[in-house]
Amino acid sequence: MSKKISGKVSRIAGSFVTAKGMSGAQMFELVKVGEAGVIGEIIRLQGKVAVIQAYEETEGIKLGEKVFGTGKPLSVELGPGLIGQIFDGVQRPLTVISNMYGPLIKRGVEALALDRKKKWAFKPTLKKGTKVTGGDFVGSIQETSLIKNRIMVPPTISGVISDISSEGKYTITDPIAEVRTSGGLESLFLMHTWPVRKPRPYKTMLSPTEPLLSGQRIIDSFFPVAKGGIAATTGGFGTGKTVVLQTLAIWVDADVVVYIGCGERGNEMADVLDRFSKLKLGSSNQSLMNRTIFVANVSNMPIVAREASIYTGISLAEYYRDMGYNVALMADSTSRWAEALREISGRLEEMPGEEGYPAYLASRLAEFYARAGQVQTIGNEDRQGSITVLAAISPPGGDFSEPVTTNTLRIAKVFWALDFALAHRRHFPAINWFMSYSENLPMLEPWFAKVEKDWQKLCNEARTLLKEEEELREIVALIGAEILGDKQRSVFETAKMLKEYFLLQNAFHPVDAYCPIAKTYKMLRTFLKFYDKTKIAIDSGVPLVNILSLPIREKLSRLKTTPTEEFDSVYLEIDKEMNEQFENLESESSGGEDQI
Amino acid sequence: MSKKSHLGLKFFTVREITGPLLFCESVTGVGFGEVVQVITPRGGEQIGQVIDISDEVTVIQVFEGTAGLSVESTAVRFTGETIKLPVSMDMFGRMFTGTGKPADGGPNILPEKYLDIHAPTINPYSREHPTKFIQTGISVIDGLNTLLLGQKLPLLSGTGLPHKLLASQIVRQAKVVGEEEGFTIVFAALGITSDEVTFFRNDFLKMGAMGKVVMFVNRAEEPAIERILTPRMALTAAEYFAFEHNLDVLVILVDMTNYCEALREISASRLEIPGRRGYPGYMYTDLATLYERAGIIKGKKGSVTQMPILTMPDDDITHPIADLTSYITEGQIILDREMFKKGTYPPIDPLPCLSRLMDKGIGAGKTRDDHKQLSDQLYYAYAEGKIVQGTALVSGEKALTSTDKLYLKFMERFEREFISQGFNENRDIEDTLNIGWTLLSILPKSELTRIEPSIIKKYHPNHEKEDSK
Ligand SMILES: Nc1ncnc2c1ncn2[C@@H]1O[C@H](COP(=O)(O)OP(=O)(O)O)[C@@H](O)[C@H]1O
Ligand SMILES: [Mg+2]
Repeated sequence: MSKKISGKVSRIAGSFVTAKGMSGAQMFELVKVGEAGVIGEIIRLQGKVAVIQAYEETEGIKLGEKVFGTGKPLSVELGPGLIGQIFDGVQRPLTVISNMYGPLIKRGVEALALDRKKKWAFKPTLKKGTKVTGGDFVGSIQETSLIKNRIMVPPTISGVISDISSEGKYTITDPIAEVRTSGGLESLFLMHTWPVRKPRPYKTMLSPTEPLLSGQRIIDSFFPVAKGGIAATTGGFGTGKTVVLQTLAIWVDADVVVYIGCGERGNEMADVLDRFSKLKLGSSNQSLMNRTIFVANVSNMPIVAREASIYTGISLAEYYRDMGYNVALMADSTSRWAEALREISGRLEEMPGEEGYPAYLASRLAEFYARAGQVQTIGNEDRQGSITVLAAISPPGGDFSEPVTTNTLRIAKVFWALDFALAHRRHFPAINWFMSYSENLPMLEPWFAKVEKDWQKLCNEARTLLKEEEELREIVALIGAEILGDKQRSVFETAKMLKEYFLLQNAFHPVDAYCPIAKTYKMLRTFLKFYDKTKIAIDSGVPLVNILSLPIREKLSRLKTTPTEEFDSVYLEIDKEMNEQFENLESESSGGEDQI
Repeated sequence: MSKKSHLGLKFFTVREITGPLLFCESVTGVGFGEVVQVITPRGGEQIGQVIDISDEVTVIQVFEGTAGLSVESTAVRFTGETIKLPVSMDMFGRMFTGTGKPADGGPNILPEKYLDIHAPTINPYSREHPTKFIQTGISVIDGLNTLLLGQKLPLLSGTGLPHKLLASQIVRQAKVVGEEEGFTIVFAALGITSDEVTFFRNDFLKMGAMGKVVMFVNRAEEPAIERILTPRMALTAAEYFAFEHNLDVLVILVDMTNYCEALREISASRLEIPGRRGYPGYMYTDLATLYERAGIIKGKKGSVTQMPILTMPDDDITHPIADLTSYITEGQIILDREMFKKGTYPPIDPLPCLSRLMDKGIGAGKTRDDHKQLSDQLYYAYAEGKIVQGTALVSGEKALTSTDKLYLKFMERFEREFISQGFNENRDIEDTLNIGWTLLSILPKSELTRIEPSIIKKYHPNHEKEDSK
């Protein structure tokens, strides 16, 4: 181990502390400043002078106070007990802090991320003498009812198991195995630590093939994201970024969810915690908390910890990915992370780039997003895991040409563009169906085609219809509605149905909040069938008004709130009634013609 | 008083004065953020704070302005303390300066406590999510953008628009239905004119509410820099009343635009790299440290509800002050110039308005079971009406279908009957919702796709009539 450094404070400005006499210090090393022991990270070294960004308030720190190095960079604790927890940006457990210190987060409060006293039932799966490498499973622990935590050989260790504990109950600091490595004996524990800014290694990056199903109709049908993909949701205030991410955190078919509240509202975190503790996962009787980890560094918590929060979050995600899980990570909002970066850069008096962001904004974003993906994990066993990143971006003034949006969109393959106009008329999710896109779609097509052969065809038809309506609207605005024939009016009417009955989805409605993929398909099919039949009927002389007054329309509007259990029978019934009602219409109208 | 040597001594070490900042030689033992008494050449005393300290230089931000200070004859005295506000329940009925000194000629209060004006963050895990409906008696707020106890909801206005009237109507009418104890009010004036201060003060007096009000006043002619402290003083008092004396406190901060200008001024005098439109890059974080001081804490009875008011330069909602505010607060109520020109009071265009917490505080048992769906449908219909109006403007009435015309009619009556109301008109929530239904009945029932049939059946005024035909 390197010798611990110690220096003296020579400047304090906001959350930045400069210390002199710091010989031997390393970049990103964690240090403790002053009597209060304020924790910070070294972000610049010039000779023996170090600039430290503090994770807590610096008020009261004096010139000349001592600064101690800890010898390691900001790291997270990885082990059982992470799931169901809520941490701040530097992995301090907020529940523990609340219980120990009360409702206000005072400076200098210390609490370890993982519980040292709790005993976990460990089941070894390896024998003495086995050759192991980083990522290999040594044993397992049922961490929650949903997640089996695989105790892994840390990525940095390989060798031969020289000792392993028998099945039994252990704390995270009890040694449970010993590995003879080329450098000597290493003990393994239920936990290990990992520096957050360093991506955990994997064998190979694979190209994703499966969608991350969200239960949101517009996403699953028009703009799906792959497991291992990256989706950005962008929009001005109030357009629904947070609700999209929260809704997805509830419904996505991932094994583990990491939800990062980065520089946003305290009440939103309170809300999401409250809802998650009450909600059950899908139709199971399992609490959602049993697969979710929260990282909450809200807007009035120190910005330096905010900057770290996304790295803390993605390191936790990588840990579960390495066990072979599909992890979904939500970051709300990456703009607040970028702003923290900008503030830090400004304090360092670095040359500002566009909008004052540092020139390395793009590369930092790229480095972060490179940690998403579907991978072949490390370890001898053949195993895959994935991290899907879903990021909110909050562009100033709702202007998508700003640097965080443009730089993210260069990397993210899926874009859910949220629209003020839709939000203002309370059309949620306010995902604009013209501006949004999914470049994941081509590689997911085979998967969807296996579910339903004409899946893609239906989606395309629906999108064409919306486009047609948009064009007609422009024409009408110019020359008036008088010129419209019934055929064209029917475009308006069915597009409206599609928007109101299909795309609109209430995230807070007990049934509508989640739409299984089969239901999404059948709903889409029904509306497009209605449209087809309408066109045919009009061709055979049925006036549009008669079609619009068909009783079936009312039933179509209720499809989305039809509970899943009843849906299939209702769907068949509606299909039958629709056929009958259109047949009647046509025979009536041709009967009418006969009389003339 | 203290063992620390530098405390209490006067230092004539000022080297430079720029804007609100003093640059002094550093003295050992001085802490970052500590309060400094700045002794003026005439013997007066002002408060300042250490905002940057290094071996070479100490930067002091002077809150009451640097006018009249000189390099040679200004002294500084370090206190070793952070900025604190003396608080007690005797503050009610009183008026204080922007830095917390009595401003009504009355005596100093007998402090029960001295509280640091920079409160620590509320642990998100310890927050209680707001759920209680505040009835303001104003339909466009209660019906469409419901305010909850513990929420932070700003009024975004423009110069000359009647936000003062609206704020005063809200203060007068706001109540939590079913709770007897009304609100106590902490009012912070940030760089507004004496007239405006008098308007609010008279208003409180007229309401007989002065005994429930505490005012912190920084007028337009008073130092801009003081405005950095004023909202923090006000919020510290509010938290004390809410969390130590179980009161429901409504904090009014007016005008936040002046606060942000002060922030920009300091940033400029520190030669910081400006962010959007010259405002400092940290304005989001700075505003968040104010706005996030609203809320409810688990296990405590009181609450802090915030209503910041700001005038948008050029009525521009994308201006950083309005934009960042709306990014932090839990929604926004926007006063609209066009509505105002038409003579509508309150001139609120509901479309860009939002109450993010609304859903948690409405519905059966809170307001009424139809509230959410009715509100969604009204939103849809009004937005549709506006689109139709746009079409009609471009291509005339001939471009409209018969349904379009109904939407147009709906829109006009909605503005006249739902949005518009008197300055003294206090509508209860039932009235508000019923007006909504009356207006919706202009439209064919088949258009009401956002409302469930059972709700339509229960509340639609013409339900029976239409069904029988
Ligand atoms: N899918 C949805 N269903 C119902 N309401 C929604 C939905 N999305 C957004 N909303 C409404 O819009 C408001 C703002 O959404 P939010 O996600 O907080 O916006 P943002 O994070 O973009 O500022 C929410 O409080 C809610 O009332
Ligand atoms: Mg949000």
